[in-house]
Amino acid sequence: MTKAGLQALLSHWLRNPMQLFTLIVGLSLATALWSGVQAVNAEARASYDAAAQTLGEGQLAQITSADGAIPQSDYIRLRRAGWLVSPVVEGRLDGARLIGLDPLTSPSGMAPMGVRDESLSTDVLIGGVLFATQETFDRLKDHDVTRIVTPDAAPNVIITDVGTAQRLLGLESTLSRLLVAPEQPVVQTPISEVTPTLTLRAPQDVSDVGRLTDSFHLNLTAFGLLSFAVGIFIVHGAIGLAFEQRRPVIRTLRALGFPLHRLIALIAIELLVLSLVAGVIGIGLGYIVAAALLPDVAATISGLYGESVSGTLQLRPEWWLSGLMIAVGGTCMAAAASLFQLARMPLLASARPRAWAMQSGKGRLYQAVLAVVLLILAVFLGAVGNGLAAGFGMLAALLIGAALALPVILDRILAFGASRARSVMAEWFWADTRQQLPGLSLALMALLLAMAANVGVSTMVSSFRLTFTGFLDQRLASEFYVYADDADQAAALQTYLTPRVDQVLPIQFANQNVRDLPSEIYGPTAHSTYRENWLFLQATSEAWAQIEAGEGAAINEQLARRADIAIGDEITLAGEPFPVLGIYGDYGNPIGQVIVTETAFNRLFPEIRPLRFGVRMDTANVPALADALRDDFGLEDANMVNQAGIKAFSLSVFDRTFTVTGALNVLTLAVAGFAILMSLLTLATMRLPQLAPVWAQGLTRAQLGRIEIIRAVLLALLTTVLALPLGLALAWTLLAVVNVEAFGWRLPMFLFPMDYARLAIFAVAAAVLAALWPARKLAKTRPSDLLKVFSNER
Amino acid sequence: MLLRVTDLVKTFPGPDGPLPILNGISMKMTAGETLALTGESGSGKSTLLHLVGGLDQPDTGLVEIDGTDIGALDDAARAAVRRDKVGVVFQQFNLIPSLTVASNVAFQARLGGREDKVWIKDLATRMGLAEQMSKYPEQLSGGQQQRVAIARTLAARPALILADEPTGNLDEVTADSVLNLMLELAAETQAALLMVTHSERLAERMDRRLYLRAGRVA
Amino acid sequence: MNVRILLLLLWPVAASAQGFAGLGTSTDGFATPERPAVFDFSVDHGPHPDYRIEWWYLTANLQDDDGTHYGLQWTLFRTALTPDGGDGWSSPQLWMGHAAVTTPIDHYVTERLARGGIGQAGVTTAPFEAWIDDWQLSGPDFDNLNMTASGPEFAYDMDLIALGDIVFHGDDGYSVKSADGQASYYYSQPFYTIEGMLTLPDGDVHVTGNAWLDREWSSQPLSENQTGWDWFSLSLDDGKLMGFRLRQDDGSYYTSATWITLDGETTAYADGAFQAEPQGYSNVNGRQIPTQWNVRLDERGVDLDVYALNPNSWMETSVPYWEGPILVEGSHTGVGYLEMTGYE
Repeated sequence: MTKAGLQALLSHWLRNPMQLFTLIVGLSLATALWSGVQAVNAEARASYDAAAQTLGEGQLAQITSADGAIPQSDYIRLRRAGWLVSPVVEGRLDGARLIGLDPLTSPSGMAPMGVRDESLSTDVLIGGVLFATQETFDRLKDHDVTRIVTPDAAPNVIITDVGTAQRLLGLESTLSRLLVAPEQPVVQTPISEVTPTLTLRAPQDVSDVGRLTDSFHLNLTAFGLLSFAVGIFIVHGAIGLAFEQRRPVIRTLRALGFPLHRLIALIAIELLVLSLVAGVIGIGLGYIVAAALLPDVAATISGLYGESVSGTLQLRPEWWLSGLMIAVGGTCMAAAASLFQLARMPLLASARPRAWAMQSGKGRLYQAVLAVVLLILAVFLGAVGNGLAAGFGMLAALLIGAALALPVILDRILAFGASRARSVMAEWFWADTRQQLPGLSLALMALLLAMAANVGVSTMVSSFRLTFTGFLDQRLASEFYVYADDADQAAALQTYLTPRVDQVLPIQFANQNVRDLPSEIYGPTAHSTYRENWLFLQATSEAWAQIEAGEGAAINEQLARRADIAIGDEITLAGEPFPVLGIYGDYGNPIGQVIVTETAFNRLFPEIRPLRFGVRMDTANVPALADALRDDFGLEDANMVNQAGIKAFSLSVFDRTFTVTGALNVLTLAVAGFAILMSLLTLATMRLPQLAPVWAQGLTRAQLGRIEIIRAVLLALLTTVLALPLGLALAWTLLAVVNVEAFGWRLPMFLFPMDYARLAIFAVAAAVLAALWPARKLAKTRPSDLLKVFSNER
Repeated sequence: MLLRVTDLVKTFPGPDGPLPILNGISMKMTAGETLALTGESGSGKSTLLHLVGGLDQPDTGLVEIDGTDIGALDDAARAAVRRDKVGVVFQQFNLIPSLTVASNVAFQARLGGREDKVWIKDLATRMGLAEQMSKYPEQLSGGQQQRVAIARTLAARPALILADEPTGNLDEVTADSVLNLMLELAAETQAALLMVTHSERLAERMDRRLYLRAGRVA
Repeated sequence: MNVRILLLLLWPVAASAQGFAGLGTSTDGFATPERPAVFDFSVDHGPHPDYRIEWWYLTANLQDDDGTHYGLQWTLFRTALTPDGGDGWSSPQLWMGHAAVTTPIDHYVTERLARGGIGQAGVTTAPFEAWIDDWQLSGPDFDNLNMTASGPEFAYDMDLIALGDIVFHGDDGYSVKSADGQASYYYSQPFYTIEGMLTLPDGDVHVTGNAWLDREWSSQPLSENQTGWDWFSLSLDDGKLMGFRLRQDDGSYYTSATWITLDGETTAYADGAFQAEPQGYSNVNGRQIPTQWNVRLDERGVDLDVYALNPNSWMETSVPYWEGPILVEGSHTGVGYLEMTGYE
């Protein structure tokens, strides 16, 4: 009996291969979108982890000094006071970053695997061994040390023992900073009593890498979540259709005495198999998508943040499992409701599909109420919520609420259109469109979310680009930057440069806690460069003049937010009070920053000498000066930065980001378009009884086909228009809520009407493409098929 | 002559090659005439009705309405014939489910630009539909739906009304009242009525009858 | 405590899997113990960098004011990568500290590693000070010491006073470790009384008891056929007993023991006199470890049932082993410490 029942159920697919195709393709596409984004995500995350491990600085607290040098005796003093700290010596060796660690005390997980395996050998500890990639070694001079090629080392970074590093860098008995092990003994003397000049920085403080990459990562995560939502809607739609289409078969089977529970079990198993097949196909597609996108993502990340991401894709279990999860989980979710309905369906219920009849008023009311509740919750969370969880909660409430509200809003708009219709055709068009809404609403919700995601992510990425390039203009206002290795070289450099350029601007800073928050104090020379390029978020009217006169300080947004400092409040720097006169945006910087004028800085921190200099000069002369510095002065290339080069590089990085974003835009819209196509195709056969009387009364089939396309355009346009505010709300949430919670700074939001117009055109084009085939099919319907509707034998 | 049908042939594709449905039918109808089309199941009654109504095209032969051969027309012109000259009443699925009764009744008349509000109101009252005008078709009984379909056809004042067993789904009492109304109103608008029916009783109330057997006039 | 030489000789071998590659197991270039053993105190309380391995190994049996038993361990190991070498970070001397506190229910362990040339760890003799990071064993002389250690879950601060003289194992401090003749210098101070505070997760505990300090250094590896050892230090009513058995891969044992009278007279017993047989096993960290023993030294009428205060006294350190306090019944009563290695 089971076999007969299975045959009956499966024969439906054989008779209607198109329905089977749409079901599988719908599920596959949803899975592909999700797993593609996830694959890129997982790969990027794994690469961050590798990079963080190479430097090992991601999660550790550190102990630093104001001038960047810690006497080795302080290290021993801290160890003997019960502090489990580990020394780091860092400097530049032939332009590469040389990092010396102590393998015996460094917290586990510090060095890359290849280094850790070797790290306790006699050679490493007392012989002198360097670990780096071959590429890094190729640029290195001979230093009479053993070289071990380590492919997973970070680019341009050399890892070695702390003793070897001291010898190569000429830093006898001096350390750069100390890593603090996560687990410390119960008995310790406070650092302030052991080494009062040193500062303990909380884990995130030194990690300029990890936090910044998180910002880009957040974009991908947001996209992943949204693609998940789009996918769920599509899966839900596909499964719902599969059920509706087979109601007659199911009724017949039951009427013939097939037990209900076995029928349900059969359908559940069948759907499980189908979803697994579709899931596997989707993961394959997702892999292709991810493989195509990954080189761009890798380039984006390494360009933006200097982290290396391997450009090849690995089949990571976390994403292919999550892909299968969405296919099977989404199917289960969708099937649960349908199976429940089936279990309650009276034996002789109409065999005719009725899912696309008007939704009952009560159900729609519930949906509207739920939507309103969710939207209110989103506003509430945005207004009073705290923390990242609230930010993401707000996102979820906003998106689900909007999706649920969409059919209700569209219904109202169509009802309004119908009430204003003057011609009989218009009246019928509005009424018929409205009647189709329940059948199309899942696909339209998917389109809404896809469109909103695209608007949101485009806004975010573009805002990020504008802000960041503006920020680069501000921070890299000088045409040329040079770095000295030590104070002597710095003095010589300043002497060398001063007669050759317009102005040499020393860049000097000290590390100090401001209101107990670790911060960098900068002391720039008073110069028009700063007045012209540094823009304040908030400031007193004469902020720069006052700061240059030593009457106050400017602080970055992070410090202002975290310590709750407003304009006019006082902060204490090295024991001296300074009123805060300005607050400036400082994107990507994880810690606090304060600017005082050079004279005040030298008074506060007399021991600090600048090692970096901004050089104002004619841009055209930069290459010549760089050559002279290298050939005459002997400065390493790595110690010179051409500002124009950086900016051009940053822009090219953003262009690659846009490539990725653009590809994902097209992909999500394509998936939403497919959902529309699927819904329209399914509706097409069910709609013949609705269309046949209209045709019989004097409309041509071609007219009916054209109306189908117009209908798709109308619905897509309406959905797109509704998606725009939703997408902007999404972008605002990401920039002004989630980013602030995650990183402590708010990205200003810019609007890009041309981008939105382009996206709207894409969305409408997707809808037209989706409607084209069903419309053409309708226009080509044979009259005899239409007449069958009226046939007495039906 | 309102309707002239000459040597009409129509075949449908079957499992063993083309299946002949109509084998050279010829007939005529004048304005205001009523004609019953009877015959066994599968004798070609409905097919003849569809061809006459411009709903389908013959293989060979002529269908002339007011002297125009509608078989030679393109899709759009044939749709115009359906809209302007002909009204069709089927046994079921006559109505547009998304429109109210009022909109359904006025639909064809408005499509053809011949909406006569007074006449429609009069029709609705006489058909007993005055109370139902703001309802949707699915809220009506079968008899009521059929009256809406007839009202819609009459509202457009077609020269030729085609009815395919319009009362086949109704009980006898309802069927009689619906038919009486149809005959009465057809006479009033001077429309010709071609009705497919199985019922001897109904056929007897028509001016003429035509009996089809195996695609020919018997 | 001769047997512990094996631990340190094994240290580089066992640890090589984790990265200690390059440390050989031969004595190449290092000094080796020779007979007769001649000691020079207090210099010999300090390090002997020309030997490969060395330790200061202290265990204590303690009781709180309610009579609850505790065990305590403080160990400083020294190992040299090469017989000679540079200063500072280039020094070949490496140090390792193990500290543990055992209660009847819990066992707390922590480990420290240090480079030798930078002052992070070391031993000086006048005054005596042995340290690694904040842990130290120090005092005006070897008979009066203060001892501290701390880890993420515990700390202790103890004062020790020696009530007797140092005792020498084997042939006046020359302790043979196998039939092949591997040997070490080995002496002990088993007569410390100890008092101080244990800082545990549940609060501070005042404890008193007695402690046993072992000093041993050598350069020689184990015999190739030796797979591990079981080492006992027992404080009994009428004397103290140090005994160990080295397990060999053919199932036989090499044993050695020293009987120490209460006034410090020692008698060394050659292979075979000392017998130790497991009586019961516990599942510790996925391994079957013997935690109940029968220990005999027939020539002294010693026939003891020995069982662990806490069978879970597993030392999860770079080289894992079992070390914990034991309680003794039978022909004598008392307390002691048991160390077992090679139960991988």
